[in-house]
Amino acid sequence: MDRRQFLKTTAAALATAGAGVAPWRAARAQTDPIKIGLLAPLTGVVASGGKEMVEGVQFYLDQVKNQIAGRKVELVIEDDASNPDTALQKARRLVEQANCHMLIGDLLANTGLAVTNYVKGTGTPYFIPIIAADDLTQRARIKNVIRIAGYSASEFTHPLGDWALKQGYKKIATISQDYTFGHEQCGGLAQVFTEGGGEIVQQFWHPLNTADFSPYLGQLADLKIDAIFAMETGADSTRFIQQYAGFGLKAQTPLLASMNATDQSVIRTLGEECEGLIAPAHFAEGSDNPVTQKFVRDYEAKYGKIPSLYGFSMYSGVMWVAAALEKMDGKVEDREAFIDTVLKTELDGSPLGKSVKLDAYGNPIYDVYIRKVVKRADGKFWNVPLTTYPNVSQFWRYDPEAYMKQPPYSRTYQGIKKT
Amino acid sequence: MTAVQGKSAPPRSAGMARGAAPIAAIVVAAAAALPLVLSSYQVGLATEVLIFGILAMSIDILGGFAGRTSLGHGAIFGVSTYVVVYATAQAGLPPAAAFAFGVLAATLIAAIFALLAVRTSGVYFLLLTLALGMIVWGICLRWTQVTGGENGMRGDVRPALLLTHSGFYWAVLAAATIVSYAMWRFVRSPFGLTLRGIRDSESRMRSLGYNVPLHLFIGFTVSGFFAGIAGALYAMFNNFVSPSTVALAQSVEGVLMMIAGGVGTLFGAFVGAAAIIALENLVSAYTERWQMVLGITFILIMVFAPEGMIGKLRVILAHKMR
Repeated sequence: MDRRQFLKTTAAALATAGAGVAPWRAARAQTDPIKIGLLAPLTGVVASGGKEMVEGVQFYLDQVKNQIAGRKVELVIEDDASNPDTALQKARRLVEQANCHMLIGDLLANTGLAVTNYVKGTGTPYFIPIIAADDLTQRARIKNVIRIAGYSASEFTHPLGDWALKQGYKKIATISQDYTFGHEQCGGLAQVFTEGGGEIVQQFWHPLNTADFSPYLGQLADLKIDAIFAMETGADSTRFIQQYAGFGLKAQTPLLASMNATDQSVIRTLGEECEGLIAPAHFAEGSDNPVTQKFVRDYEAKYGKIPSLYGFSMYSGVMWVAAALEKMDGKVEDREAFIDTVLKTELDGSPLGKSVKLDAYGNPIYDVYIRKVVKRADGKFWNVPLTTYPNVSQFWRYDPEAYMKQPPYSRTYQGIKKT
Repeated sequence: MTAVQGKSAPPRSAGMARGAAPIAAIVVAAAAALPLVLSSYQVGLATEVLIFGILAMSIDILGGFAGRTSLGHGAIFGVSTYVVVYATAQAGLPPAAAFAFGVLAATLIAAIFALLAVRTSGVYFLLLTLALGMIVWGICLRWTQVTGGENGMRGDVRPALLLTHSGFYWAVLAAATIVSYAMWRFVRSPFGLTLRGIRDSESRMRSLGYNVPLHLFIGFTVSGFFAGIAGALYAMFNNFVSPSTVALAQSVEGVLMMIAGGVGTLFGAFVGAAAIIALENLVSAYTERWQMVLGITFILIMVFAPEGMIGKLRVILAHKMR
């Protein structure tokens, strides 16, 4: 057989194969599935969290055999690369090319804000179980952006500020990643702490993806403080915790952290250096609540690791969407009704072991645990609750209208009470 | 110079090739017809191709015609985007004024870069422009009060008339056509010929009495002006800007588009931009390792077609004409 013959036969074979595939394609189009567009940072500084987000969603969909309200679910996953420009591009693709009925996900607040700006124009329902930018459910509220199963950044640091006062801490310094999520977490802590008489001695801000914390740690070591609050996520928290212990600072000053810093996705890879760290959150994988324990056991059985808050939040998020769709007989195309139903749905059966509902601004109300990292019997580390603050909303004990009159937390406004 | 030599046809390199105008018209007409056959998402991609094509062309003015490749044009491009978004979102200026300010800012930044870089060439020029670009990126990242830092800035930049995908695409196509023609006239002008002379032999040009640094300064600033136009269009396209728009990766992408299309071919920039954007979007639908695929494709281009795609086309056509 010469080359021309070979090419002709190959071409003919491929053509018939192509023709053979065509009837299959037509059959699929008839079932009309619910299309969920999942945006997650699969590459970049928070790739560890992003991967868990996808797992959390897939864990839920596997449990319900990929069916919600009698319709098949099609999950389209896109990588936002921990970058707002990419997130915007991918959101456009999911809505305009893949025709997704809703978007869910994103991790970093700046990516979430970019996508929010886009869905403001298209009206696509966008669920943000992980994005914690305060204003999305406060001053800059957009109806179709709903924080189901999520939390606002300062929601958990308000009670932490209170707890710090109760521990007798008088002076705290903060170190944080320099973007909205960091500003808001530090602001939440600073406001409650200073209103109770405490002092924020100094605040350090560093860019995302800082490899070397020694300039900051050096300065922190010199300050006369009772505790340090560190707001870190992803690879930055791993590096920070390691360098914190390595510098000898761990023996010297207690460390309060944001829950992202002591999340499973980070402490899984660490050793003794993460033991004893304190962080506030709604979810504690070491909690003795039986529903939580079952969730953790099942997740560990399937993925071989203890679930992180990213996996848990996305799991609860999809559960919430499914609960709303069940009430609506799966008519996800009716956007107005869909959004209204989601806002009214109270989630039972979440791994938290108690029902969760949204406040009037589309943000959930939780019992917040102050957790500590301890070593499990098998040598792995996890977060165990120390005390609980019940029914904490995004406004803490403030009146919502009065709270929203103050400017949003930013690098320049940290809610610090002037004495 | 000397008395009129003769009545014969002008030399091939300086004048317009005989079939060029009809070809250009056909290409523009075909491009204008695209929104009728493509989905709105793909029209968005085509708009991006045009915008980044303009950026790559501006880099080509220096890289292909003056022999100095700049790794700082992403920063110049991004500065224009930042200024346009800031002017619209924070200062409340109308789109036309914001656009003008953006282009002005980019031209100024280019002039500053030029002042520092014109006395260097080759690798040093590359490194200097890279460093200057990084300074701009650092400022955009840390000056959070103005630029929003990591969060970036959002704004409703696009004028109300151009809110549809197709409408905006046609506006960008019109802009791209005008800008391409302007750049084409620029490199074909006596000034452009001087730049080419500088590329071929700087010492000879100097001995002939040309002020080489001044020519390069003007060339760089003009190149920055066009990059600024691309940046302002990008602001309107995205309604959003973040430090990644001024980052080194943006400059590198522009240079890659220029090289893939063909250094010194000017219009190859659009081909290069189309190739890279199509690749990014197509491949990333299948794998998150699309950058590896991009890298391999680039290696293949360098091995089989180092003069770029349009460059290769020219070589093939030249062989055929023989």
